[in-house]
Amino acid sequence: MADLKLTGVGKTYGGTVEVLKDINLDIATGELIVFVGPSGCGKSTLLRMIAGLEKITTGTLEIDGMVVNDVPPAQRGIAMVFQSYALYPHMTVRENMSFALKIARKPQAEIDAAVMRAAKMLQLEPYLDRLPKALSGGQRQRVAIGRAIVRDPKVYLFDEPLSNLDAALRVATRIEIAQLKESMPNSTMIYVTHDQVEAMTLASRIVVLADKGIAQVGPPLELYERPRNEFVARFIGSPAMNLLPGEIIGTGEKTTVRIAGGGLAVSAVPTRAADKGLKVNVGIRPEDFVITEAEDHVYDGEVEFVEALGEVTVLYFRPEPGRDAVLAKLPGVHADLRGRRVRLAADPARVHLFHGGESLLWRD
Amino acid sequence: MHPALQGLITIIIGVGGCVGYFWLSNLVLDKVLFPPRGPNAGRNINRANMIRPWLFLFPALAALGLYLAYPVFETLRLSMIERDGVEEHWVWFANYARMAAEPKFIEALRNNFLWLLVVPAASTAFGLLAAQLTDRLRWGNLAKSLIFMPMAISFVGAAVIWKLVYDYRPIDQEQIGVLNAIVVALGGEPQTWLQIPFWNNFFLMVVLIWIQTGFAMVILSAALRGIPEETVEAAIVDGANPFQIFFKIKVPQIRGTIVVVWTTITLVVLKIFDIVFAMTNGQWGTQVLANYMFDKLFRANDWGVGSASAMVIMVLVTPILVWNVVNARREMK
Repeated sequence: MADLKLTGVGKTYGGTVEVLKDINLDIATGELIVFVGPSGCGKSTLLRMIAGLEKITTGTLEIDGMVVNDVPPAQRGIAMVFQSYALYPHMTVRENMSFALKIARKPQAEIDAAVMRAAKMLQLEPYLDRLPKALSGGQRQRVAIGRAIVRDPKVYLFDEPLSNLDAALRVATRIEIAQLKESMPNSTMIYVTHDQVEAMTLASRIVVLADKGIAQVGPPLELYERPRNEFVARFIGSPAMNLLPGEIIGTGEKTTVRIAGGGLAVSAVPTRAADKGLKVNVGIRPEDFVITEAEDHVYDGEVEFVEALGEVTVLYFRPEPGRDAVLAKLPGVHADLRGRRVRLAADPARVHLFHGGESLLWRD
Repeated sequence: MHPALQGLITIIIGVGGCVGYFWLSNLVLDKVLFPPRGPNAGRNINRANMIRPWLFLFPALAALGLYLAYPVFETLRLSMIERDGVEEHWVWFANYARMAAEPKFIEALRNNFLWLLVVPAASTAFGLLAAQLTDRLRWGNLAKSLIFMPMAISFVGAAVIWKLVYDYRPIDQEQIGVLNAIVVALGGEPQTWLQIPFWNNFFLMVVLIWIQTGFAMVILSAALRGIPEETVEAAIVDGANPFQIFFKIKVPQIRGTIVVVWTTITLVVLKIFDIVFAMTNGQWGTQVLANYMFDKLFRANDWGVGSASAMVIMVLVTPILVWNVVNARREMK
């Protein structure tokens, strides 16, 4: 029930160590925003600054149009779900969930009603009088979420809430969070994760953080299909996008690039005549490669290693010295390709071009 | 012989004797008593393994038996007999009855209870306070070292220090006791602190509190650091103020440690002797059980009543000791 606005937000530790700078972000009511990025990129710090657990060094944070830089966490209308759940170990589930309301001196009837409502939503009713240590990991996480729901916050903050759960439970809890979001369409949620599957499946928009700033903001599929830069291109999607160095030899509606290894790539990204001769990196996702017998090919190499997963087969090509190995992900089973020379081609619509790390598609 | 050489030889004989005992006894067990060969090799190995732990425990058990268990029973026996010159005859509980009728014993019992109520509570509370307040300070470690330092002083040494603090000189002389110097500087009259009835007990207790606060602080500080930071942050987000965080989030999470610290100090308090002995020797209404026992045993040569009072101290200490061990074991899990 609130929108957030971050303007020029930065964080510096001890006056010298800058971890975030000039973050500008508008978050609308009802969005589920996911912060992703490699470890150490400051995504948790940004979340903690929104929560009020870290001071904002520069810039302003507005919640519902009010600057809250110096407002204590409890009065910002936020609730946070921590990675380690952070349940109070000496309190029962009921006491854990009612703690915030007790502190706020709400009437007991109102507290009971709020706890029961949250417990019902999260199927926690049978466990209300248990201590956290008597709960499973998934149940603890639900209590942590319940503790947030009880407070009826304007903004929910999730700090890697699933990373302490095992793989099966993670999938189940991820779906529960998605359903929870659907049942509370007006609540704003900010979710930090390093798991891009969580980001892709939950987010209405993803914020990719890298190098102290925002690398790109957009809906999940836009980040996948139209990455702004090489970092986002390689960060979203697994295995990471292949980058092949080359030179533009043909411009226009479609661009032709001569790849350093000898292949020829055609991209649907339009270029200007002046771009002829420009050194670029051609980006092609492993899953966008197809095997071809034709003369026209993007890449040609010897398959060094094959990972057969059944539904897909990942080919690892023998890398040229000093380059990353090229990967191709083909549907179905191709177990017999190991050690053979294979030619790869790709649909021009799925061939990305980067110059100086930035995508030519997003060039003005 | 040079004393250093003497010491060295003693150490070599002592350590060598221990190593020799374990090595040789183990050797005898394996090679002579139950050799792992012949028709009964398997049975012999099992038997040797059953005996081995007892073999290794024997020195400790023997020493404890000789110096701990035997004296307990001997004291119990002594508390029930009377010596008539060299003759001993059983009087059963007559010594206890005599002791119970003595006002000094009742005073000692009352004072021990006072100590029990005040010292563990005050030491734990101050220790907890010091641990919490110094936790986030840059010079916190320095402050902690200062508070911990009295732990390194013996009780008698501390008693001497505090005897000087409480020292009294007539009003026309220079006060060398810090407390009286302050009182006089503020315009008051110097007091004979250790002779003010009833309150002098508390002046003695201050010494032990001064010593034990450091102990409580160190243990509780470690416990406070062990509290997950995220639970504190969750409480901040939940709107708790610093007092609520301390009393409702932090203290309950270290309750077990607080109990262990409390009971450990309680054990020290029940056995308190040195401070009272060195500062007042139980005069002016400050008698405590251990000092009473010492008086009876070694000054009055009344073995019967002295042993009876020793038994009283043991009976008081034992349940708290058991509780302390149970709690400490639970904490370690």
